Amino acid sequence: MIDLIKQYWQPFLWGSPNHISGLAMTLWLTIASCVMGFGFALPLSVARAAGPSWLRRSIWVFTFLFRGTPLYVQLLIVYSAIYGLDFVRNTPGLGSFFKDALNCTILAFTVNTCAYTTELLAGAVKATPRGEVEAARSLGLAGINLYLRIVLPSALRRALPAYSNEVILMLHATTLASTATVPDILKVARDANADYYLPFPAFGIAAILYACLSVTFISLFRKAEQKWLKHLSTT
Amino acid sequence: MSGYLQQLLAGTVVTIELASVSLLIAFVLGLIGAAAKLSSNRWLAIAGSAYTTLIRAVPDLVLMLLLYYSVQNWVNAITDLLGQPQIDIDPFLAGVSVLGFIYGAYFTETIRGAVKAVPPGQLEAAAAFGLNRWQVFSRILFPQMMRFALPGISNNWQVILKATALVSIINLHEVIYAAEAAIKGSSWPGGAHVLFYLLIVALLYLLLTIVSNFVFVHLEKRYAAGFERMAR
Repeated sequence: MIDLIKQYWQPFLWGSPNHISGLAMTLWLTIASCVMGFGFALPLSVARAAGPSWLRRSIWVFTFLFRGTPLYVQLLIVYSAIYGLDFVRNTPGLGSFFKDALNCTILAFTVNTCAYTTELLAGAVKATPRGEVEAARSLGLAGINLYLRIVLPSALRRALPAYSNEVILMLHATTLASTATVPDILKVARDANADYYLPFPAFGIAAILYACLSVTFISLFRKAEQKWLKHLSTT
Repeated sequence: MSGYLQQLLAGTVVTIELASVSLLIAFVLGLIGAAAKLSSNRWLAIAGSAYTTLIRAVPDLVLMLLLYYSVQNWVNAITDLLGQPQIDIDPFLAGVSVLGFIYGAYFTETIRGAVKAVPPGQLEAAAAFGLNRWQVFSRILFPQMMRFALPGISNNWQVILKATALVSIINLHEVIYAAEAAIKGSSWPGGAHVLFYLLIVALLYLLLTIVSNFVFVHLEKRYAAGFERMAR
């Protein structure tokens, strides 16, 4: 067990000159997909809540498809099925994009979290008190300004607790990247287990690292809630 | 190809069995966990909190691999010590116990919240009528608690259903395992067979999601009997 720790603490935590560490990879997967997913979800959620009905319906179909199927299946489709098609493999730009496991996982994770975030934000937008919108309208705000200054700031605040949940779920979902050979924390743990056949320490270290990451994310979000939801605090 | 499709359907049945049995285990563990967390015994409350906090902080796939391989290792060590032949843990048993154990933590939180939402006066009134503890639980607390717990249970069920996809990684022959076997065994021009079989898997999961949505809408109506629905 000491040997396992000696040999693998670097891949787990700090990495080596040629490889980034499992910890860094997990963080990168989580942050990249959450930031991009959020970016796409923001306009989609407004359209889902307040757009014309054909748009609302098509966005619902998108979120339903991606929330109704396991992320693992989505990842397999992006990673092995799309690259398995001959025409994708033979098209220069597409082929090199889908050949890279990291591109595929980040693409799958982004689309998946985008679907969940869209529904979550759309719910918050729909829950905007009517009075707030009426007050803004009576002050002459309309269209994009109404959304940028009144509806979204209020909806994003309301969505913050639910969004912190989504980020934690995404952090946990990044473990699937290890099945696509992306060297995240779990992949390092699986390599360590394969080397030493000591599953408990190998996966135990990974579990501790993930727990620390979860706790860190939760406390960051709690800080954010204290800042932006100050008006709701009871003390 | 029809042989492979039959295997996919058989895999779907395994997926449903796996998810249902896991749900049952997780629900029972959730009741026990909620009882522990709400108990006036300090140590039980601490044990309950440790269970929910630790399990929910670690990704399910990590816990699955940790428990699956470690328990097999420990069983091997014990059989070696006793000089017995190796016992291989049944993948289905391993799958349902691990999933049940993990999602039991999520159910604990769901049920704890629902129990706290039942007005305490109801329980006091029941006790005042001379109902014993089991009767209070089965006739007053449980039916009312279910109304508050159902949205959370429905959510957890959808998560468990999708988490069964991970169990193919520990060699359980569920629907994804069947799809991978079908993909290995076929070769279509243009390489479309991979996409074809995986899309069928996605479709099967979607169907399961739709069916369970219907079931839960029905259940929610049943347990909300006697309560006015809030305006949408």
